[in-house]
Formats: sequence, structure tokens, C-alpha cells
Amino acid sequence: MQTMMEKFIDHFREALDAAEGKEIKMEDRFRDYEEWDSLRYLSVIAMIDSEYDVIIDTTDFRKIETVGGLMEEIRKRIKT
Amino acid sequence: MAYQKIENVRISGISACVPKTVVSNLNSPVFLSGDDAAKFISTTGIKERRIASADICSSDLCYNAAEKLIGELGWDRKEIDCLVFITQTPDYIVPATSCILQDRLGLSSECYSFDITLGCSGWVYGVSIMGSLLSTGCFRKGLLLVGETTTKTKSPTDKSTFPLFGDAGTATCMEYSPKAPPMYFHTGTDGSKHKVIYIPDGAFRNPTTLQSLNSEEVEPGVTRNRLQYIMDGGAVFVFSITKPPQSIKILMEKAAVASEKIDYYFLHQANKIMVEKILGKLKVPVDKAPTSYESFGNTSMSSIPLTMITAKRTDLVQSRLNLIICGFGGGLSWATGYVTTDHIVCPELIEI
Repeated sequence: MQTMMEKFIDHFREALDAAEGKEIKMEDRFRDYEEWDSLRYLSVIAMIDSEYDVIIDTTDFRKIETVGGLMEEIRKRIKT
Repeated sequence: MAYQKIENVRISGISACVPKTVVSNLNSPVFLSGDDAAKFISTTGIKERRIASADICSSDLCYNAAEKLIGELGWDRKEIDCLVFITQTPDYIVPATSCILQDRLGLSSECYSFDITLGCSGWVYGVSIMGSLLSTGCFRKGLLLVGETTTKTKSPTDKSTFPLFGDAGTATCMEYSPKAPPMYFHTGTDGSKHKVIYIPDGAFRNPTTLQSLNSEEVEPGVTRNRLQYIMDGGAVFVFSITKPPQSIKILMEKAAVASEKIDYYFLHQANKIMVEKILGKLKVPVDKAPTSYESFGNTSMSSIPLTMITAKRTDLVQSRLNLIICGFGGGLSWATGYVTTDHIVCPELIEI
């Protein structure tokens, strides 16, 4: 069984349209990735909505800096 | 709740007009590389757009759409009791463009005519407004003109807006008809986000000054002045995947209509990722939701009637269809309708 973290990293890599082998670490600042741009940002929002049924608006998203921070925000908001 | 049921009104015909000039996104200088352009096209689905030259206004596109439609319907112009024109790009700040169109179309001086300012929710709103005007039978025939030369408000170096939009104008003829099935509408507004889609200067809150024309570099390679359109793409995206599907669900529940009864979902053609996301949330298969963004881009409030004409003209002419229509955008403003069309008149797409 994949952990939430492993699953999230897979979804995140896919939303970025990044190479399969791209290493993604929790402490990475995702805005520094070469793939990151305004279109990938939309894909990530769409992915979080489809996979976790969570919508993070622009104001809150701006405050998030790392991959781990994003996963934490999703974890907090997941409807149980 | 902004829910309406409107009786005794039918849609008689719909037409659309676009400028002849086609601009491809693949070779657009707004992108720094061919790779950027390809990425943009694969996400948004927008390959090309129509752009109005300096001498074509929204009213010209709508005028041509109306002339053709009135002709094919064989309507007597004297019988057109009301004219509603919806745009964000009028001919002048003063007076209302609907007055100019009343004269140009040779309509009676007794024609009840006015303008409305709305963005991408405009056509669905317009159908509900025209429906309300006609439903008592005091007015018998109405002409709804909806169009925008939206590309004229965009900075050509702003890749967050410029390659997304295209110009178009449409005409919708509606009439009092006691046998027509009811139309249902649900509408919503969130003005707290009015700056998410916004042109700062040029009206009366921030009148035009010399500074309005100063181009500022807002990010590398993106310059814009204060008379040009700003869009917070992320905020618009979050809005678009939340409110429109909610509104469609609310309306279908209120109108007690099952999804099997719907022939087509005509959604505002913002772009591929937004349209597909909304469909996914509603669990509607993509073949039930025709598109036009590939060849015309986001044509603002014209996008729904333009899609009807370019993707499903024959169906609209030859059959009776139950349709969900949903427009959403600047304001923020959104509107959903459940309407039935019955062998309506649809001239082929007009190009000028």
C-alpha cells in the first residue's frame, strides 16, 4: 500500500507533467521547479480537487511554499 | 434564491458572426518559444482565434448576425418590440449602443431598447431577461444581441489573457408563445471578487489619465497598461470549477430534470481544462458538451450561441432539444438555464 505521501507525490508529478523519474521531496520549493508555470499551477489545483475533493483558493495557495506544506494543507481540509 | 421559471416564451432563432481574420496561437509572438505555445495549446485547447480589425465593433458583428437571422425568420421588423444589447465593448461610453442598433436595423421607434454590461454570463442572463420581458405577452417579439470584441481590451504581450480570447457577436430571436415549455434559470453573483477580472482605468472610479497609458512590466515579458484587462487566472479557475457545477446541480434539482433528459450541455467556452473539469464534476460525458474553443478561443458572452451554431446547427434546426446552458465569468457572475429549443432557425456562421 502506498502512503498518502507517496500517492500525493505521484499525483503532483503527473500534474506538473514532469518526467517519471523526477525526484520530488517534501522540502522542495515547488515554485523553483523548472516545470512550474501558471498552467501547471492550474493543473495542480485541478488535481487536488479531483483526487482529494479539496479546493485551495489563490490567496491561501500563495502562502504555501513547499511540497510538504501543500500536502499538509490538503490533509487539514480533507472532508472526513 | 435566484431561481426563475419563465413561461410562454420560445427561442425562435440564433445566429453568430465572427471576424474573418484568423490568428494562430502556435506562431504567436506572445509565447517566448514554440514549446511554450504547444504547452499552452495542449492545456487550453485553443489553437486559433478570430480577431476584429480596428473598424469592427461588437455592434457590427451583432448587426450582421441580426440582419441574417431576421431575414431567415422572415420577421417584419416593425413587430420587434424590444432590443437588448449585452456587451463590455460598446461603441461609445454614451449613448447606449442598443439605440444605435435600433436605428441601424430599421426597428420601430416604439422598440424598447437598452444595454446591459455583463461578461461571460451575459448570454444566459440575456435569455432570462428577454424571457421575462416577453412572458406576459405585452411584448411579442424580442431581439437579444450579445457580443464582444474582447481582444481589443487585452495587452498583446500578456500571455495570461491575450492568447485565450477571440471576438464574436450573436443574435437570438425570442417570441411570446403560450404553447412553449417553461424555461428555468438559476443565477449567482459574487462582487467581492470584482477585481479578479478587471480593467482598472477608463470609466469614472479611475478616469483615464496620462498615467493610464504607461505600460508596466508585471512579470518578465508581460506588459500591460491600466486600460487593459487583468485576469487572476488561478482565482478564475477556482471559481469556474466550483460555482458553475453547483449552479447546474441546483437548477436541475429545482426544475426536476434528470440528466438523461438533457441532449446537450452548452457551457461557456473558457478553455479546455475548465470545461472538462466542470464536466467531470457533473459526470457528463464530453460528447454531450459541444465545444468551439479550439477554433474561436474564449469568445466571452458569445461563446454559448457561437458553439451552438458551429457545433450543432443541424441538430438545432432539425430537432427538439433539451439544453442546459451555463455562462460564468467577470463580476463574478454566473447563470444557468434549462431551455427547450424546437426546430429553431439557425443561419450558417457569418464572417465579415
